[in-house]
Amino acid sequence: MTAPTEISWVDRLRAEGADGQAAVADLHTLLLKAARFEVGRRAAELSHLRGGDEEDLAQQAADDALIAVLGKLDQFRGESRFTTWAYKFALLEAAVKVRRRAWQGREVPLEDEAWRALSDAGASAGRPAEDAELFAALRAEIERLGPRQREVLVAVALNGVPIDVLAERLGSTRGALYKNLHDARRKLREALAERGFRVETGGEEE
Amino acid sequence: MDRDEILGRALGPGAPELTCEQCFEELDRYVELKRAGAAADERIPGMRAHLGGCPACAEDFESLWDLVTREGD
Repeated sequence: MTAPTEISWVDRLRAEGADGQAAVADLHTLLLKAARFEVGRRAAELSHLRGGDEEDLAQQAADDALIAVLGKLDQFRGESRFTTWAYKFALLEAAVKVRRRAWQGREVPLEDEAWRALSDAGASAGRPAEDAELFAALRAEIERLGPRQREVLVAVALNGVPIDVLAERLGSTRGALYKNLHDARRKLREALAERGFRVETGGEEE
Repeated sequence: MDRDEILGRALGPGAPELTCEQCFEELDRYVELKRAGAAADERIPGMRAHLGGCPACAEDFESLWDLVTREGD
């Protein structure tokens, strides 16, 4: 059941006139606080920016989150506090903006970097012979993936490119690229199993 | 990256998981269930696996958790 304070937020935001405008201003203040929190905790990624740029990013994130929250007000189900629900929009907007700004002008790493990481991991493990085979098989199966699945897996999973950055460059979305990544991972697990490798990755049991 | 980390990244959690959209939809409820000590992983199946496989959503969870936790202290 929706708590009174939660009803109050939604009702106030839907109010006409000065009351509604005051509620929207209060919501913007709330979202700006969350956006500043996110930009602040990611300050290291933005060390090349001037101080004012960070505040600009937070303001833009709060503005965009305000539009998102007001547009989705009907979807608030009251299953969490309104503030927690609203915060997630500001945190997402801020995080995406910071990631994209941090990668502005940077090239996405080449596949060679991923192959080097695989090779190093195979060589440095405690079971060098078995793992060299495993990582060689993994590389071979990655190379057999379709171009989009391979591109996403190598960039996001192996080279650490933020998925939002790759999505922007490919004209796609986080959700669509994660679907590519998920499908690529499933194919790799199945292919390795067919080759006789049993690999535990710490997930929940199916 | 060590052996297990690189395998985890390449092969993912290997369990049924939410999509990024479903994760965002449930994120606030998940955080509050965890804050309340409730069985968040049972109430929202597939969330933990997704957070294990999607670095961006995992960061979103950590941010919301930290912000809400800080406010509650």
